[in-house]
Amino acid sequence: MTDLAIRYRGVSKVYPDGTAAVDNLDLDVPAGSLTVFVGPSGCGKTTSLRMLNRMVEPSSGTVEVNGQDVASIPAAKLRRSMGYVMQQSGLLPHKTVEDNIATVPRLNGVSKRESRANARQLLGSVGLDESVATRYPAQLSGGQQQRVGVARALASDPPILLMDEPFSAVDPVVRQDLQSELLDLQKRLHRTIIFVTHDIDEAILLGNRVAVFARGGRLAQYATPEELLRAPADDFVADFIGRDRGFRSLSFDNASVALQPVTVLAVDTGERFLVGPGSEDPAPWQAAGASSSDWVLAVDERRHPLGWLPVTASGEPAAREELRVGGTLWHDGGSLRTALDAALSSPSGQAVAVHRDGSVAGVVPGEDVMRAIEEQRSARYDRSERS
Amino acid sequence: MNLFSEAAQFLTDPANWSGATGIPQRLLEHVGYSVLTMGIALAIAVPLGLWVGHTRRGGGMIVGLAGALRSLPTLGLLTLFTLLMGLGLMPPILALVLLAIPPILSGTYSGVAAVSPALVDAARSMGMTEGQVLTRVEIPVALPVILGGIRNAALQVLATVTIVAYINLGGLGRYLIDGLAVRDYARMLASVVLVAVLALAADAVLALVQRLVTSPGLRLAGDRP
Amino acid sequence: MNWLSNNWSTVLDLAGAHLIQSIVPVVVGLLISVPLARLATSRRWLRPVFVTGSSLLYTIPSLTLFVVLPLILGTGITSVVNVIVALTLYVIAILVRSCVDAFESLDRDVLQAATALGYKPVRRLFGVELPLAVPVMIAGLRVATVSNISMVSVGAVIGIQSLGTLFTDGLRRSIVSEIVVGIVATVLIAIVLDQLLRLLGHVLTRWQRTGTTTARERRRAGAARHASASGRDDRTGGGDPEGRDSVAGAPGGAGAVAAVEARGDRA
Repeated sequence: MTDLAIRYRGVSKVYPDGTAAVDNLDLDVPAGSLTVFVGPSGCGKTTSLRMLNRMVEPSSGTVEVNGQDVASIPAAKLRRSMGYVMQQSGLLPHKTVEDNIATVPRLNGVSKRESRANARQLLGSVGLDESVATRYPAQLSGGQQQRVGVARALASDPPILLMDEPFSAVDPVVRQDLQSELLDLQKRLHRTIIFVTHDIDEAILLGNRVAVFARGGRLAQYATPEELLRAPADDFVADFIGRDRGFRSLSFDNASVALQPVTVLAVDTGERFLVGPGSEDPAPWQAAGASSSDWVLAVDERRHPLGWLPVTASGEPAAREELRVGGTLWHDGGSLRTALDAALSSPSGQAVAVHRDGSVAGVVPGEDVMRAIEEQRSARYDRSERS
Repeated sequence: MNLFSEAAQFLTDPANWSGATGIPQRLLEHVGYSVLTMGIALAIAVPLGLWVGHTRRGGGMIVGLAGALRSLPTLGLLTLFTLLMGLGLMPPILALVLLAIPPILSGTYSGVAAVSPALVDAARSMGMTEGQVLTRVEIPVALPVILGGIRNAALQVLATVTIVAYINLGGLGRYLIDGLAVRDYARMLASVVLVAVLALAADAVLALVQRLVTSPGLRLAGDRP
Repeated sequence: MNWLSNNWSTVLDLAGAHLIQSIVPVVVGLLISVPLARLATSRRWLRPVFVTGSSLLYTIPSLTLFVVLPLILGTGITSVVNVIVALTLYVIAILVRSCVDAFESLDRDVLQAATALGYKPVRRLFGVELPLAVPVMIAGLRVATVSNISMVSVGAVIGIQSLGTLFTDGLRRSIVSEIVVGIVATVLIAIVLDQLLRLLGHVLTRWQRTGTTTARERRRAGAARHASASGRDDRTGGGDPEGRDSVAGAPGGAGAVAAVEARGDRA
């Protein structure tokens, strides 16, 4: 077991009107992990987060950070020792991006020059160009503002990062980018991150461990995302995780399936050839006359897949108007979930596998994916039988 | 239109530009009374507005107070204080201070109170003390509104200082009252034109100050609703 | 208060004159402002003209207008007409801007729905736009009325009869009670007219009070929008974000109300 960064012991928060926001919370958070607090609104997840930096004081119980009771640390000092990212970025509108990022270092007495230089460096690590340094928050998009918010939280190099629904106000596409960048960032920095969200998918995607809170401030389950999907502790958690639990749990298994070659048609030249394992240089199509598939995969000049064309009775691919725009793509080595999805959404029933650069690597027939799923299941079953 | 040219003559007569009753002297008095009034009013209203705005408690009291002060007629206060306290500088200044307080007070209070709670929360979360929250976040963000209130108060004071001449003090209103006494309409006209020019000039200067001290970030935020 | 019992008829006369000088400009100003504002909403280029114009007009001290207007109008210097015209100009300066704000705060969807239902432009103006713009207009009217009432008394300095005459006369004859009566009467008129307008707004905006937002929420929205509005406003002033009370509650209009009130400080 790694070191504990955060420890809640019997923590409750009851407001003067009698509502319990947090009910007797016991929780240990290992250092260097990304822990997600998730739950419906009013479940005490944000309150629990805010007790860490004393923005909320518990009614009873103790909150410890690095073995020290937070109640014994002056609030301002405690808060400066942690990064904090909130939903509406909370950037100071009258300060430039670099001065916003420099806020906490400046509070800690770092010189303006030094803190600004540091701020500019941080811009790069959150995926922003240095040219935004002298802009004002109002000149940035919502996604950019959130990135600046993350950079600001990192500015004083805090070991602990608190993130309160940081991505919930940006549009879904930007949110995906921000999520994957956060994961990249965490791979490099290994901070102890507490991340609050009401979005269970975000929790499962990001968390090393996920704490599911139920209404009334009860901690319903605290587990890895995988455990959560496979074995929800109770009906509330199962409900909250929602539908397609089994399907989604496939995300955690990398598919070890063998690629098959596929007949492709380059639409720019009209040439047909085979692409797949063992044919680094595309084999001429004639050599693959045995390919009995009823479909050819149309590709563009970079060999990126465009869609499937049915093969007519004459053995020739149908005209381009017949093109069935293909389904999702599977990156070779990706999860079983994406492989299955790619197979299910493909008109030919074959998952199209692509290389990192997006070019076609081959195909995986749906049956192969199902077989791989079955193998994984039985392997797990055997393992749990033995243990 | 004859009167206009007479007034212009009055304004361009070199004799009126020197001595104890000359335009520069009257202008100085006018600005002097205004600056004194504004100084006292700022010292009272700004801290009070900041405090109530920051704590967000007692807002109703501020609104009520400003409303009550606003409905008091300044000429009435001016004459009342003069009768009660005798001639001198303080009675009119007191009346003018009461005139200047409401805009400054409500500008300061509403500017600070309107700073987004999320922003204040973010500032505290970063480890700012209450004083730092006020000086580094609330005041800079509220500055355009605070200065708007001050600018408004300054305009009213400059305009109203004209009537302190009514109780034998100086200022540009002197020409108005003296002209009225001897039915010298041109002199009255010259007086009010001077006051209007002063008001327009002061407003322009204050608008410039307001613009200069307002962070471009806030202007941009304002342009984007 | 002996003075009052001996002079109540004088006080009543002066109060009447004061009322006329404060109310007539409000009514006339309103009748002029609404069409002007409507014009500025449909002809966008007029908007900056009106906004700049009203700011400049507002900067000119009332005494200046009281003295200059007789020259232009050919009236005597102590004529109440000067005050009425001057204050009408101030009312227009306040109301055109608040009416423009009011018309602009209207929900485009509602207007399009009205057109789709077959409202012709004129009927749409009277049947839909004006009623919806009432809250913001009332806020502007209240500000204009209260500031008029205190400006009217300044006319007494150059001899125009109003309750302000009690101040100049009281000073000359050293009668404290006369001045006190004048102050109390002025404040009373301000309070009564303000409350009447509030009541009028209340009656005209019954449709609003079925909303689910609380007054507190609306005020907060008003305060927030007020701050942002003031940021780009070249004539910001001390507004009260509390939006006084129920009038500050039009859907989307709370900010406009606050902005109107923000411009209202002037004596």
